[in-house]
Amino acid sequence: MTTLHSLLELGSTPTERRRDRAVRLSLLTLAALALASCAAYLLYDVQGSWSYALSLRSRQLGALVVVGVAIGVSSVVFQTIAGSRILTPSVMGFDSLYVLIQTVFVASLGGAALTLGVVERFVVNAVLLATFGVLLFRWLFRRNSRNLYVLVMIGIVLGAFFQSLAVLMSRVLTPDDYLTLQQLTFASFTTVNPTLLGVAALVTVAGLAALVPMLRQVDVVDLGKDNAIALGVDYHRVVTRVLLVSVLLVAVSAALVGPMLFLGLIVANLARQVVRTNRHRALAIGAGLLGAVICVLGQFIVAHVFGLTTTFSVVVNLVGGVYFIILLLRTTRL
Amino acid sequence: MITVSSVSHSYDDTSLVLDDVDLTLPRGALTALIGPNGAGKSTLLSAMARLLSPDQGAVRVDDLDVLRAKPDVVARKLAVLRQDNHLTARLTVVDLVRFGRFPYSKGHLDAEDHEIVERSLDYLQLGEFRDRHLDELSGGQRQRAFIAMVLAQDTDYVLLDEPLNNLDLRHAAAMMQLLRQAATELRKTVVVVLHDINFAAAYADHIVAMKGGAVMATGSPAELMRTEVLRPIFDLDIEVHEIGGRRVCLYWHPEPATLEAPARDDIHAESSSG
Repeated sequence: MTTLHSLLELGSTPTERRRDRAVRLSLLTLAALALASCAAYLLYDVQGSWSYALSLRSRQLGALVVVGVAIGVSSVVFQTIAGSRILTPSVMGFDSLYVLIQTVFVASLGGAALTLGVVERFVVNAVLLATFGVLLFRWLFRRNSRNLYVLVMIGIVLGAFFQSLAVLMSRVLTPDDYLTLQQLTFASFTTVNPTLLGVAALVTVAGLAALVPMLRQVDVVDLGKDNAIALGVDYHRVVTRVLLVSVLLVAVSAALVGPMLFLGLIVANLARQVVRTNRHRALAIGAGLLGAVICVLGQFIVAHVFGLTTTFSVVVNLVGGVYFIILLLRTTRL
Repeated sequence: MITVSSVSHSYDDTSLVLDDVDLTLPRGALTALIGPNGAGKSTLLSAMARLLSPDQGAVRVDDLDVLRAKPDVVARKLAVLRQDNHLTARLTVVDLVRFGRFPYSKGHLDAEDHEIVERSLDYLQLGEFRDRHLDELSGGQRQRAFIAMVLAQDTDYVLLDEPLNNLDLRHAAAMMQLLRQAATELRKTVVVVLHDINFAAAYADHIVAMKGGAVMATGSPAELMRTEVLRPIFDLDIEVHEIGGRRVCLYWHPEPATLEAPARDDIHAESSSG
């Protein structure tokens, strides 16, 4: 009986076994790629002191991996909860919210915003973002659980709204405060505070640990609200919790390095194409690995090919923006 | 037994979709909910299956308070399928049917779960489509795959919202036959929303006719299949005839065809959702 059981777990027909092997192979390949890109990032073209280079690079690498994993995993589960492959927290106006919060921050504190301890600022940012994010998404999902087109439109309108509020407020800032604001709102991996990185890594790990036991229920939520309820999933509880965790993860990565508008969209959709399964345990691992690969390789290329003449977030937004438009044009079903 | 007590519901506070409905559905029987579009059939079915929580009232299945009991306890007692199931997920037929075991396995399927899944697939003759993706199937095949999932859930109560949608005549008759068998042989309580009164009369033990959010009439097919009962419910000039010992409704009155007349497709409009 146990042999039959394990056989069936693998998939009971050749077609299924082939599919399961393909999933496992894609995960292993992604893991190998992630390791290789991390090694390349640490060791390629070191000049001068090795210990200095390694300590600086490992800090940057840590931030890249934390952000990649956090954004990848949170976007993939968020997509499922939202029932759409185009919605990610960022697309729903989350990044504009981040910029708005920073603007309010600078407008009320002035240059002191920078002198305030980094960890305090990080905590305030993460808490504000997570709270606003959950409130925002709860409201959106309750109001419009039926119509995704409306949801996308509201997200885009809200994003524009937050953006223009932020722009309006930034107009009345002094030039010095405006510079402070720019420093806060451009994603940067080159300067990472080690304490901040530690806190962010810890919160990310805690968030992932909270997410793992819910992933099998998320598989069911993928069938839509009615089917999920029919199959005995406590739909509202699962949706609220997954939403909370994914918003927390995005908030942490935004507070660590700044907003990465289209990164989640790219990573989540690529992960679904590479890891061809509907099981979210595999999908989440794939998205986390892929997120790390894209971040590490992206920053590596920006540093060594473009010689830091541009930033990774600019490249991501350029590529991601084009990809977003292609997705919009290609999908008939949002 | 399903007991619905004083259930009322409105979607936008303007008009009642369900207006203080009291209803008892017998155990082990096949019950058909009929009525015109907007009568509240689907809403009532959704409320009975806690897919929506009505503004007022209670629903009990045997001694289980459906609206308050734990979700997975209800899911082992009652299965439900809504009529349109657009999935964003890309699933194969067998992936979908395995979800039917979720209330028991929570995603860890054992040998028995797999056996039940294969049996449901066989029952709906889906063997050859087993590893096909749902988006590669016809509407009718997809519909059968969803029904197979519901059967794999192996509950005493099965609630289906317009299961004949998308099915051709042969598969529609086969579906009703299957539901009939489920009620007779497996002693399941089956509740279906149907648009075709004749299917309801031919296969159901019990018919509930609704209109304007209220139950207008309940009874056996023989009791309900009468001109004076059906006409006011559907606002339609319905004739009931007896053919070969069975009561059959005629509700279409075509003009005599002329050569120039364009093809009429009014009858197809009947299958639109309610």
